[in-house]
Amino acid sequence: MSDWESVIGLEIHVQLLTKSKIFSASSTSYGSNPNKQASYIDLGMPGTLPILNKSVIKKAVEFGLAINAKIAKQSIFARKNYFYPDLPKNYQISQLDHPIVEGGFVSISDKGNEKIINITRAHLEEDAGKSIHSNENNCTYIDLNRAGTPLLEIVSEPEISSAHEAVLYMKKIHKIVTFLKICDGNMQEGSFRCDANVSVRKKGENRLGTRTELKNINSFRFVEKAINYEIDRQIEILEEGKEIIQETRLYDENKNITKSMRTKEEANDYRYFPDPDLLPIDIDEEYIQDIKRTLPDMPDVKMKFYKDEYKLNDEQINIILSSFDIMQFLEKVIITTKIEPKKIVNYFISSLYIKINKENYDLNDKNIEPQEFCHIIEALESNKISKNNLKKIIDELFLKKDSVDKIIDNLSVKNGNDDKFIDDLIEEIIINNKKQVDDYKNGKTKILGFFVGQVLKKAKNYDPSLIKEKIIKALEDI
Amino acid sequence: MEIYKKSITELSDLLNKKTISSVEMTNYFLERIKTHDSKLNSFITINDRFALKKAAEADKKISNNEHHLLTGIPIAHKDLFSTKNILTTCGSKMLKNYKPPFDATVVKKLDDIGMVNIGKTNMDEFAMGSSNESSYFGVVKNPWNLDKVPGGSSGGSAAAVAACLSPVATGSDTGGSIRQPASFCGLTGLKPTYSSVSRYGMIAYASSLDQGGPIGKSAEDCAILYNEINGYDPNDSTSNHEQKIEKIKLNFTKENASKIRIGIPLEYFSKNLDQSISDEIFKSIDVFKKLGFKIKEISLPNHNFTIPAYYIIASAEASSNLSRYDGVKFGYRCKDPKNLEELYFKTRKEGFGKEVKKRVMIGAYALSSGYYDEYYIRALKIRRIIRDSFLAAFKDVDFIFAPTSPTTAFNIGEKTSNAVDMYLSDIYTTPVNLAGLPALSIPVGYSNNLPVGLQIIGNYFSESGILNIAHFYQKNTEWHLKVPKEFDNE
Repeated sequence: MSDWESVIGLEIHVQLLTKSKIFSASSTSYGSNPNKQASYIDLGMPGTLPILNKSVIKKAVEFGLAINAKIAKQSIFARKNYFYPDLPKNYQISQLDHPIVEGGFVSISDKGNEKIINITRAHLEEDAGKSIHSNENNCTYIDLNRAGTPLLEIVSEPEISSAHEAVLYMKKIHKIVTFLKICDGNMQEGSFRCDANVSVRKKGENRLGTRTELKNINSFRFVEKAINYEIDRQIEILEEGKEIIQETRLYDENKNITKSMRTKEEANDYRYFPDPDLLPIDIDEEYIQDIKRTLPDMPDVKMKFYKDEYKLNDEQINIILSSFDIMQFLEKVIITTKIEPKKIVNYFISSLYIKINKENYDLNDKNIEPQEFCHIIEALESNKISKNNLKKIIDELFLKKDSVDKIIDNLSVKNGNDDKFIDDLIEEIIINNKKQVDDYKNGKTKILGFFVGQVLKKAKNYDPSLIKEKIIKALEDI
Repeated sequence: MEIYKKSITELSDLLNKKTISSVEMTNYFLERIKTHDSKLNSFITINDRFALKKAAEADKKISNNEHHLLTGIPIAHKDLFSTKNILTTCGSKMLKNYKPPFDATVVKKLDDIGMVNIGKTNMDEFAMGSSNESSYFGVVKNPWNLDKVPGGSSGGSAAAVAACLSPVATGSDTGGSIRQPASFCGLTGLKPTYSSVSRYGMIAYASSLDQGGPIGKSAEDCAILYNEINGYDPNDSTSNHEQKIEKIKLNFTKENASKIRIGIPLEYFSKNLDQSISDEIFKSIDVFKKLGFKIKEISLPNHNFTIPAYYIIASAEASSNLSRYDGVKFGYRCKDPKNLEELYFKTRKEGFGKEVKKRVMIGAYALSSGYYDEYYIRALKIRRIIRDSFLAAFKDVDFIFAPTSPTTAFNIGEKTSNAVDMYLSDIYTTPVNLAGLPALSIPVGYSNNLPVGLQIIGNYFSESGILNIAHFYQKNTEWHLKVPKEFDNE
């Protein structure tokens, strides 16, 4: 066993899901041509002034309430001053002394062990633009489309003790912000990214070791790798009797190492001060209560409910709660039909869930309605269609050629429930196979398979169990 | 006809009666600029082509009877108000070629009612100065004595109006930049309540102090202009939308005067003040007494801390506001930088003048870690103390009278080598900015043939009272009608 322990704190940047930027009316949509979404305000033209997009306040308050935090009665925007070409005003509007959300916590569950991670604060700020360096002509291009995109920076206490825990914590926050629909959670597009503060110390030591800050990690996998690399690097240095340098490091995902970006000596003095262009944000209790009333249940509450009321197991619950869309979809199904939740979830997992995961779809991509899924599983439960057909129905549903009712109809006709064709077929086979009928009558029940096989030869795609039932009935009747 | 001497109301009357068209009036003032401005250097940009087009439109409006009192009247804008497609330099090399893609709210409002923007006036670089000597476009001279400064930073606007090159002008006041040049040039200048006039499109010096306002020949002209430029602006989060501002009517009578208590703060008449100015101010106070106002002595303690507090707060905000001038997006860019750092260093070294660099450095220092509490936070505390002392005074009196400046216009070059001396010339104006109050400077006499200004300070949103008091005084006196000899001819 290693006698070192690591201490980790995360700063998660959540891009808030708003139509327009935090201080201007420019669109925040991703992927348009460079600088097409940069207004005079985003460009920091002389004489322009920031105008707060009020919807970011609501989203920040929702997050604060979801993590049981204190919402500041008055919070203040401050300017963080530093020069960078993709920061048009050369200061970033952020919050320092009076963030909108203070305190709060989430719990993470590692192999059944619950652990509370406290959250220091969450504050609003504007994102910077992007610098695109070109080696071709030794140029740097600047795209300010992202400049002014609203961010909520969520800062945890240094209470995370492993890379694995860091990932669990990050996933928990991801779940909360996507459940609240305040962030689209898209990590490839940078809507959800994090910085990690990492230090190590001897077990039993109370003082924190010197920390390094890992910048801009945008996947759960890389967070784990980057932190693990950094912990090993620090332990190695300390074991050699050397000292850790307080610095900012960048994770190189290709080489799986971290590299020094700047040391503390080179660090900026941000010269924060309250932004005189913006009034303080005042939030009254009534506003908070109004938001509280409309807040959806958080994953932890849901989890308990599913366990106690629906008797679902952990694996099932994890799948339901893996995204807000899946949860909402299944809850609608559960409300609509009388089929018990456990069965619904199993049907879902074995069909739709496998399909979307295999083919990398989002549940919403194909616009499959909970109503449609209800029809399908009700048809299954009433034996209107064969359970073998479930996968096939989902495939057809994805093609979106026929309505779900038509798909079920097509399949149920051949189901043979009230089908004279099947009855006639069975009768014909019984008449033509006297010997086998006698065998059956003499107790050789295994011979049933022969009859079923004979029927299926001429009636493909029929539900064998139903045919089997029909044959038994026909044989009994002789 | 002596059009140059006329008030806005008189000019409007001439346009209404079609005695003269707006195009003719505009040409008349453009001609005066051509004749006289080489002596003054009050304009950075003369806007003749745009102006004549605008004047022709105004004439059309007037003949269609779709006009406002100000339609067709020429105006000059301080060169920190953004004017769409028209050079807006802020008195700096940094922006010497900058043409904004939009209008400042103040400009737009006046443009919408048909005022004719005849040009952009000279100013201290980024409004940092009290003498108009820090402009990249050269020193502006005082029409009353060409060896003297016109005051700053709205020195170009004041000189232009004093020499009757424009009937009226806009200015901005961060620490006295409307009132002090108005005082030096024998004019009336209003610094409105902070938040009552939108700052949108006004190039920022110190955001929590900057306030746009009018500079004119009389309180009446200032009131007419103020009525049009104030009001809530959704483009400026700090602009006032709680207090409804009524259109000001100048209908003050002796009856009103007798109900008004005026406070004279003794601290404002200390050894810093020229004796001759003090004498002129007290002579004017006697006139106010005769007009029925009740005068009493009051105290405004701790105002001696104003100058350091002001220079820390204003410079701190400026250091951040001026960060955007980096050669990357707009404005001046140095030649052939080797790398990013050199682009920043050379652009800012070459693009900014000495005074701007000094304040940016003071401001960055005051905000830097380890000094923030000692400087910036302490300055904010003083700011609160100053505001509270005013509010306490306003429990006893309705308005406060004070000198606008401790001296009359000084010689060009006299104070450029002594920063403290220069900064002290704002000693009576900066407290008003720190408190966010409205104040007006009016001419009340002469000392050595140079105008002396009286400052009328009121409580928040008391512009109506201030302008009425000044107008009442001006109806009974003639100081505001005087024109410097050299410019007193057609």
